[in-house]
Amino acid sequence: MSNKMHVKLNVNGTDHEFLAEPRELLIYALREKLNITGPHVGCETSHCGACTVTLNGKSVKSCTMFVAQANGAEITTIEGLGSPDALHVLQENFKEHHGLQCGFCTPGMITRAAKLLEENPNPTEEEVRFGIAGNICRCTGYQNIVKSILSAASELNSAKEAAQ
Amino acid sequence: MIPAAFEYYRPTSMEGVLALLQEHGDEARVLAGGHSLIPMMKLRMADVPHLIDLQGIAGLSGITIDGGTIRIGTMTTQHDIIGDAALTAAAPIMAEAALQIADPQVRYMGTVGGNVANGDPGNDMPGLMQCLDAHFHLIGPEGERTVAARDFYDSAYMTAREDDEVLTAITFAVPVGGHAYEKQKRKIGDYATAAAAVQISKEGGKVAAASIAMTNLSDTPVWSEAAGAALVGTDCGADAIKAAVAAMLADIDPTEDNRGPVAFKRHVAGIVLGRAIARAWSRA
Repeated sequence: MSNKMHVKLNVNGTDHEFLAEPRELLIYALREKLNITGPHVGCETSHCGACTVTLNGKSVKSCTMFVAQANGAEITTIEGLGSPDALHVLQENFKEHHGLQCGFCTPGMITRAAKLLEENPNPTEEEVRFGIAGNICRCTGYQNIVKSILSAASELNSAKEAAQ
Repeated sequence: MIPAAFEYYRPTSMEGVLALLQEHGDEARVLAGGHSLIPMMKLRMADVPHLIDLQGIAGLSGITIDGGTIRIGTMTTQHDIIGDAALTAAAPIMAEAALQIADPQVRYMGTVGGNVANGDPGNDMPGLMQCLDAHFHLIGPEGERTVAARDFYDSAYMTAREDDEVLTAITFAVPVGGHAYEKQKRKIGDYATAAAAVQISKEGGKVAAASIAMTNLSDTPVWSEAAGAALVGTDCGADAIKAAVAAMLADIDPTEDNRGPVAFKRHVAGIVLGRAIARAWSRA
């Protein structure tokens, strides 16, 4: 019953192969097997969104997926969006607009926001709030998070216009 | 939160799924989006020794509209429902309801099939399917059969689906007239304190037909024939709405839980249904 299986994941462009029990949650495989600790374990009950990753183009809570289900998937975590030397535009704007206090929810928040802006590059404030409703922040009251995301959207859009 | 160990399967054909279900009986469950089953497994309230993931089977997701009939594959997600312009044009109540289910991440994974087949009284799609008079398509060792949504739910988590059957699709006629899906919940991601699905068609300024179902106010969804009938032939004014609400309140049977006592739930049910009828009528 506790037979391990071969799991293949592509995380942030790098292929990984490891053995895991099918019941292992994706978040633990990422954090403990692959040492990718950007996605956080918050509530572990599908509510808080701190563990959000992008999996095959969907924002998913990696605490609510068995590693077996993710086998073969392409995953992007906060580590795949930017680095300390080359911040993602969302990271820049969270920094600029103080879109965090303790920072615990931030990796999930930014990973979700990146997908949101990919699907809706020009969201209203209401659409941003609705789009991040699966991510809970206990510090900020969301105001600066929303400001950061809206500002990142307009920066991305100006960059796109300039390129045209 | 570590669930009990299980054997994981990802078959690539429905024959493979059915063979596994026959081999393992009630020790096996199929897995769609997993956002009802996995939390239960993590809490060890569900023990599934043999978990059969449906993601490898082609053709189980997708939305087609053909000759007045809408067909939604079982693995179609709530996110897919919201993003499908043709479906929203033909049956706008689907996206209106799906947008009120859970949160974005859950909607990327949560499927229509899982939502209707699980039999959780808190799920939104069962009541909606009853409102739309949908049919559920099941496949099992004896072949395929169809069950009306209005006949599918026996009690909480108990449905007409046999253990060795899989729900493959839902179908319903393109709805006519105005629609509304109205849901009262404590916060984003919560199940309904009360929710109402309403479709109303209009002819000569009067209600020609009305179908009304409510969610999470009994151990099954409640489609109230009497509530719909109370509107037919009326101008859908305050008295008609009052009569429809009274008919619905006679059919629901809420229980007290952390969403409130029975009297509160009945009060909320009346408010929610009144709003839903008024909105559906305004769009009819």
